[in-house]
Formats: sequence, structure tokens, C-alpha cells
Amino acid sequence: MKLRLFPHPVLTPLIALIWLLLANSLAPGQILLGLLLGWAIPIFTLRFWPERIRIHRPLTLFRFLLLVLYDILVANLNVALLILRGPRRLTPAFVTVPLDLRSELGISLLANTISLTPGTVSSWLSPDRRSLVVHGLHVRNPDALAATLKRRYEAPLLKVFEPC
Amino acid sequence: MLEILLSALILIGALFTFIGSLGLARLGDFYTRLHGPTKATTLGVGSLLIASMIHFSTQGNGASFHEVLVTIFLFITAPVSAHLLSKAALHLRVKSLANVPPRIDEADSGTDSR
Repeated sequence: MKLRLFPHPVLTPLIALIWLLLANSLAPGQILLGLLLGWAIPIFTLRFWPERIRIHRPLTLFRFLLLVLYDILVANLNVALLILRGPRRLTPAFVTVPLDLRSELGISLLANTISLTPGTVSSWLSPDRRSLVVHGLHVRNPDALAATLKRRYEAPLLKVFEPC
Repeated sequence: MLEILLSALILIGALFTFIGSLGLARLGDFYTRLHGPTKATTLGVGSLLIASMIHFSTQGNGASFHEVLVTIFLFITAPVSAHLLSKAALHLRVKSLANVPPRIDEADSGTDSR
């Protein structure tokens, strides 16, 4: 019963927050409306989210977000430099990253993170979901890139969504 | 003082957006071209949005946080569209400067296309 009334407790405050940002106000009426939407929308969209989200270490998630923001900043400068230096000196490559993550949310977050941090775009997920093919703009050492992606992004996501 | 900061932010944003589009025009194949617009633009649009946030928050009509939403939606949609574009390109075997991993061809002959 609890599951059916509140299928995604994590989503409720998130949707309420987004609603308040959209309305750009903190009036009590808007807060109430936001919470109502946050309660109703997960129920109507339950079919798209069959897995229940569990966040085990909020602090690790927070640190992960900061790390990603920092990486976006640094790597943006990197890609800008690479583009300005010209296409002749680039060595693009496809790198296959074996996955330890199993949950759908975890994998999609990892793929999104890889695409957001410049220099890499996740381009293909194997049907058995055991490896992710990543396209790198300028790859000197493919194995090292795969190892970095695993250590830097997959390890924290594993801790947050699938602790063992 | 504030105006100098705002102009600097807007100029930086414009510069990065420009470099992103330059990459789209200049780079060699479809996959590397994909990097320009999805990437260099995050910082470009980001600093434009920060400038907008500061400007409208100091206008006296209260703080403005609409821009945070734009950032969130951009960060959610940009990687998804990049992923789909490059996946479609792999399916269609668009010519690539890099070697395409062989496992993709095997899997494509199967039925699962997830």
C-alpha cells in the first residue's frame, strides 16, 4: 500500500522544487501545489519507473555532482583548445568500457555523465548492458581512458545506487 | 563594476558557443563533430545563464532562479540527444576516422536494438 501511494519518495521533493523554480515564488499555495504535483506525477508515470530509486549515500552523490561540475569546466577548456588547434592533430577512438553498474538509473547516469564531460560521448550500450562504447575526441591511451572513466565516475555511482 | 562582470560573462559565453560551432564546421567526421556542440556549449550557455541570473537578481524584483532550470534541462537533454545521434550513426555505419569496435556489427545483426 505504501508502495502504491508513494512509489518514488525521492521524486516528490524534487518535482516540488522544480515547480517552485518554474513558478519563481515561495508562496504557501505554490508549495502546496508543488507537493501535490510531486505526489501525483510519480503515480501516473509509475510504468516508466518500475525500479524504486534508492540513494544510499547522499554525501557521496553530492561530492560526485561537484566533481562532475568541475570536470565539465576543465574539460570544456580542453575541447575548446583541441578544436582551435585543428582537426589534423586529433586521434579519435572508440573505447569499450566494461560496466559493473546494473541498475538502469545508474547506467543512464553514467552514460549522461560521460557525454557531458567533454572529450567523450557515450555512443552505444551493448544489449546485455555489460559494456558501454565511448567515443573519445582525442585519445592517447584507450585503456587508460576506460580505467579513468571507471574509477572517476562509475565507482561513486556504484556506492550510491548499488552498495554490496 | 557589476556591468563589467556581466559583460565579461556574456563575452566568455559567446566565445565558447562560437568555438563549439566552429568545431561543428571544422572537425573531420560525424563523431568528432558531435563533440563540439554538445560540449563546448555547456560552458558557453552556462556563463550566459549565470550572467542572466545576476542581472535579473540585482534588478530589485527579487532573486531569479529560472535559469537553474534551464541548466538542469540542458544537462539532461544534451547528453541524451548526443547519445542517440551517435548510436544512430553507428547503426547506419557512418564513416568514421576511428576504428569502430567489431562487437557492434555482430550485435546489430541480432534482433535486440536497445
